[in-house]
Amino acid sequence: MQTLDPLLPPSPATGHVPLLQVTGFSKAFAGFPALDRVNLNLGHGEIHALLGENGAGKSTLIKTITGVVARDAGQLRLDGVDIAPRSAGEALTAGIATVYQEVNLAPNLSVAQNLFLGRQPTRFGLVREREMRRRAQALLAEFGLSIDVGAPLESYSVAIQHIVAIARAVDQSARVLILDEPTASLDAQEVEVLFAVMRQLKARGIGILFVTHFLDQVYAVCDRITVLRNGRLAGSAPIAELPRIELVKLMLGRELSEATAARPARAPGASGAPVAAFTGYGKTGYVAPFDLDLPAGHVVALAGLLGSGRTETVRLVFGAEKADCGTVRTAGAVAAVGSPREAMRLGFGYCPEERKTEGIVADLSVRENIVLALQAQRGPLRPLSRREQDEIAARFIRLLDIRPPDPSRPIGLLSGGNQQKALLARWLATKPRLLILDEPTRGIDVGAHAEIIKLIRELCDEGMALLVVSSELDEIVTYADEVIVLRDRAHVARLTGSQIDVPAILAAIADTPPGAAATA
Amino acid sequence: MALRLPRIGTSQIVALVLILAANWLVSPQFFDIRLQDGRLFGSLIDVLNRGAPVALLSLGMVLVIAMRGIDLSVGAIMAICGAIAASLADSHSLPVVLGAALAAGLACGLWNGFLVAVLGIQPIVATLILMVAGRGIAQLITEGRIVTFNSPELAFLGGGSVLGLPTPVVLALSMLALTLIIVRGTALGLMIEATGGNPRASALAGIGTRLITVAVYMWSGLCAALAGIVAAADILGADANNAGLWLELDAILAVVIGGTSLFGGRFSIILAVVGALIIQAMNTGILLSGLPPETNLVVKAVVVLAVLLAQSPKLGGHAAGLGVLFSRKKA
Repeated sequence: MQTLDPLLPPSPATGHVPLLQVTGFSKAFAGFPALDRVNLNLGHGEIHALLGENGAGKSTLIKTITGVVARDAGQLRLDGVDIAPRSAGEALTAGIATVYQEVNLAPNLSVAQNLFLGRQPTRFGLVREREMRRRAQALLAEFGLSIDVGAPLESYSVAIQHIVAIARAVDQSARVLILDEPTASLDAQEVEVLFAVMRQLKARGIGILFVTHFLDQVYAVCDRITVLRNGRLAGSAPIAELPRIELVKLMLGRELSEATAARPARAPGASGAPVAAFTGYGKTGYVAPFDLDLPAGHVVALAGLLGSGRTETVRLVFGAEKADCGTVRTAGAVAAVGSPREAMRLGFGYCPEERKTEGIVADLSVRENIVLALQAQRGPLRPLSRREQDEIAARFIRLLDIRPPDPSRPIGLLSGGNQQKALLARWLATKPRLLILDEPTRGIDVGAHAEIIKLIRELCDEGMALLVVSSELDEIVTYADEVIVLRDRAHVARLTGSQIDVPAILAAIADTPPGAAATA
Repeated sequence: MALRLPRIGTSQIVALVLILAANWLVSPQFFDIRLQDGRLFGSLIDVLNRGAPVALLSLGMVLVIAMRGIDLSVGAIMAICGAIAASLADSHSLPVVLGAALAAGLACGLWNGFLVAVLGIQPIVATLILMVAGRGIAQLITEGRIVTFNSPELAFLGGGSVLGLPTPVVLALSMLALTLIIVRGTALGLMIEATGGNPRASALAGIGTRLITVAVYMWSGLCAALAGIVAAADILGADANNAGLWLELDAILAVVIGGTSLFGGRFSIILAVVGALIIQAMNTGILLSGLPPETNLVVKAVVVLAVLLAQSPKLGGHAAGLGVLFSRKKA
């Protein structure tokens, strides 16, 4: 198992010089080591998965490679030549391009303008619009994409936006492409399209460093895996030598907890009193009217493809969007949920899917982010004292194991999983009767994943009602008491108790009778 | 924590000290303060006194900017409220005069807040409307003349003194204390910082962002009204054309010098006032130095640039991006 020795220097024994050679990278933030002597070799035409839990150092490694963050120690070689980019721009000039999860392009400009931004073909100083479009068309055609390049980028799906970002990067003579969780917001078909592009780039000899949380994708497309843990190299091996269970062990440094074990079956009818009941609730052009009962101590899961109306449903439930028909009853009485504030008055809490844009306030501290909803509920005139804030923050940092355990750190500096935990803490601090979680485990690592699923069960056992949106069907079946399947912005099926299993949910999503699912 | 706090605002305090020291060099009697008829006199007192209107404006402006907004109309609101106060001064009692002028300021703020929070107009455009129209309204109130008055009660607010300090200074200090109590004594400060930092997330966390937006513009209007009353009381009259002219820019500058980002979020009320004092100390220093007053604007620009550069995290040796955030942490 030589390949798994973290401190083994990259050996030149492979015969040729690797495309990108990272040696002994170290970086500490305020004395807290984020990277510790990390090595990584990326070969020509290699798709190399970079894996690790949140806070393992993946982002820091990428940022130090591209020079966005200065490294404390280490050597970076591209084709055997030492390079030291000091910014993403310099890295790009050297031949290292990065495409982030959130596409860093101008959504209001056309696809062609985005592709050639800052390097438009010109004549006498004027942009040659037609030439630019022609080139854009040709460039995208290489990736099997034939779209109207004159349309604004935002009019296309996230997958196409990603391919445009990749095409732009590759066209700027990139030899190394770093993809930072490009698939986090793509559905299965879109992922396939992206993989096709990646394989094509691989054939051209471009080295791809691929950061993802989806293990299936790693095995579908990658040649080699490097795993980081706590800022150190946990191991690196060709895909064939690293079976899935070994990989998970490397990532976690421990066995998976009981998170994936089956949930003890509940006695039917054991549900508590309804926390809220929605009848004929809906909004024209947003989501078709639906009925939804949310009993205490129950997990209701919403399943469906992206855009099927899952997020839309929970936004209506929380009052983030106003319904135009239907009624809500809480504890038997008719209630109104016209705004998040009204929903909170009824004891609802909501962790949105878009953590960065709708969840965290990046500049504020972890403490301030945690107390925000509770403070909003109390109103501005009953401020929580600093001591109360400190107590609440300390309690939830301990309870949810938020790392680093520093309540004064700006939350924007935390990893995705820890941000998600802080957002959960924000709502748990309000002691909600109904907690709505939209993709609570998206974009976070395996460890935090398991902890959040465990938490969902615990909260449910304590009598809280939960409404969970998730794309992870394997997860849903472990905790849901009821699964509602959505398709085309309508609730199309409802599964309870023993009906809940992955094939049944898939069949409902795909609109095939259960019997046909096996043969389809 | 003990190490972090003094660091915040270091560049502003240093700048103020440097400018005061420079004033002392060009005018050795700069720090001389004498007591005469129960009132303190001296250049330093003059800086405080002359700086009071902009300091008042910056108290409202800092909150507006922290909410990702901007209020261009405060100069015009000064003119409106000054005109109202001057027109009523000789015919009505002081409480009525002040009540009317302050109510007008609140109404102006309500209008701005309505445009921004309810109609969703961009703050710079929304407040530009009143910036232009407000001066016209003030001219209508004064009927195009410079309205003068004799009311000693109102004049006291501009030229009088309380416990030896000029009344405008006392008013500004009182408003500073009041603003601090209202904003930092309650949870409003946290809510403003959260809303400015991420409006969508704050609304989803149950913060009444719309109401707070309106309230913040109203506070800005109220502060501007008070500044307008002080300005009118100071010259015993209301000049609709010139009262508060361009002072909105000084107020914005004071807030920015005070370290509050135009992108909203974190803010410091005290440092905004320090920013206002920096601006006034420069104005006074240039007058004292005997330099032609025309150089004022250029010198001001250079000093402002210096203060902003000193605050820049990049100058502290940090790279772009995350370095900006870490610099705060390391401090």
